[in-house]
Amino acid sequence: MVDLGVRLGDLWLKNPVLTASGTFGHGTEYSDFIDLERLGGFIVKGTTLLPREGNPYPRMIETPSGMLNAVGLQNKGIEYFCEHIYPALSGLDTEVIVNVCGSSVEDYVAVAERLECLDEIHAIELNISCPNVKEGCMAFGRSAEGAAAVTAAVRKAWSGHLMVKLSPNVADIAEIARAVEAVGADSVSLINTLLGMSIDVERRRPSLPNITGGLSGPAVRPIAVRMVYDVFKAINIPIVGLGGIACTRDALEFIMAGARAIEIGTANFVDPEITVKIIDGLNEFCQNHGVSNINELVGCAH
Amino acid sequence: MKKYQMELVVKEIYFLSDGLLHMVLEPENGEMPAMSPGQFVEVGVEKSKTLLNRPFSIYNRNDNQLELLVKDLGAASSALREYHHGDKLRVIGPLGKGFFTDKRKPLLIGGGVGIAPLLYLARIYKELGVEATIIFGNRTAPSAEIVDRLSKVAKVEICTDDGSMGFHGLVTDHPLFCHGAFDIVQCCGPLPMMKGVAAKSRKEALPCEVSLENKMACGLGACLCCVEPTETGNRCVCTDGPVFNINELKW
Repeated sequence: MVDLGVRLGDLWLKNPVLTASGTFGHGTEYSDFIDLERLGGFIVKGTTLLPREGNPYPRMIETPSGMLNAVGLQNKGIEYFCEHIYPALSGLDTEVIVNVCGSSVEDYVAVAERLECLDEIHAIELNISCPNVKEGCMAFGRSAEGAAAVTAAVRKAWSGHLMVKLSPNVADIAEIARAVEAVGADSVSLINTLLGMSIDVERRRPSLPNITGGLSGPAVRPIAVRMVYDVFKAINIPIVGLGGIACTRDALEFIMAGARAIEIGTANFVDPEITVKIIDGLNEFCQNHGVSNINELVGCAH
Repeated sequence: MKKYQMELVVKEIYFLSDGLLHMVLEPENGEMPAMSPGQFVEVGVEKSKTLLNRPFSIYNRNDNQLELLVKDLGAASSALREYHHGDKLRVIGPLGKGFFTDKRKPLLIGGGVGIAPLLYLARIYKELGVEATIIFGNRTAPSAEIVDRLSKVAKVEICTDDGSMGFHGLVTDHPLFCHGAFDIVQCCGPLPMMKGVAAKSRKEALPCEVSLENKMACGLGACLCCVEPTETGNRCVCTDGPVFNINELKW
């Protein structure tokens, strides 16, 4: 019997498999395909204080082994989440983690304060790394000062588990990780998408009206693994690794690089059952390799 | 309607005279899930180098078969040509919201490969005791096989841009569209054609549904990539559509 349970500080997960925000809706979109309660948890779509319509269509273009998206945090706002989505998710035997985004420190704090009232939300993922909105978000995540300022303010407003999602679009991601750890982050998740661009050569214009987009999918995986490996050496709080995970072996690369848990993103678009396949795959790998507790593998590549 | 991820076996695959690829897929065991006309499926094209699944309209569905009509529009649809009898394809569906089938005198208008969902729609109408009329627009004469199949379930009129078959001109100029007594127009085809049909339907005070094909990633309403601006904000073509009443759209 393999123990797949992992602990992110005070947050216990029945297994290390989470879903990446923006790729899993609010979970219910996938409930025809998988039993949501099998997941370690799922991270719902980025939520802001006020509703957002997001960026104009087209928002996505496929690229080699990946995709560029410029959705721009379309969501119905925190009140809608509390009134309509949260009730539908409550009672589920898995962790529902809310990805929180804003254009100002005050916005982040207001969303966190509202979530503080919801008994079954035990963790939030602070999104300081979305590359597709004009104000806030990645602007905070690009400097150690900005990242620390948002994290510290939300730390005061939020008593539950505080995970901070880091941007790879920086010179030294380990420095940002240290900065948020110093002001009270309980864990960090990395990486968000890489800022990218594609040009439609027939029209001689950028493919996306937003001009740039966030690159995700297997194309980014080696970069993400390297960053998890670097951050593992720099901080003491747990790491949640993500970036192009499409199979069990990909998930294991992140775990061995130092991730205590992992998030599956773009792969959900290809195979809506991939999360449970990877949970089963991790179990099987541990069995076949004489590993009784998956925590033995965390950071073992160092 | 419950969605499934299935492994289907290619039973038949061949080119029609107009270059479209006709695929007949069957489940290895068990039945084909229920599907409504206008809904679609996502197909994982493992033989292509692409990452994402590709959406295709349901051309026809019965208890143990699913039929698709594929136009070569890029790497994934082109790689479908490499599949043979007995190969397996990963298919997710049924997805989205299809056409209403509660009217008695429907006019179905298809353009090119956009005819695909209208065959299944006309068949369902026939089972409901309604004879649909189809105006099928094409650049040049369409495949005889498609026309034969349409004719078995509906009254069919052909329009061609080059005059090689049927009415020489656009579907919106076809005399039937102008003078027929219909109670709904249901359309699938290239965007400029659908916009023309929508404008004409408005002028004739006819309700009109169109099937959109915005570029999508998940097909499940999770990624929010395929949104269409509507009177009630950005909505997902994959779950709120692909079929929309034109009054919902900003057209």
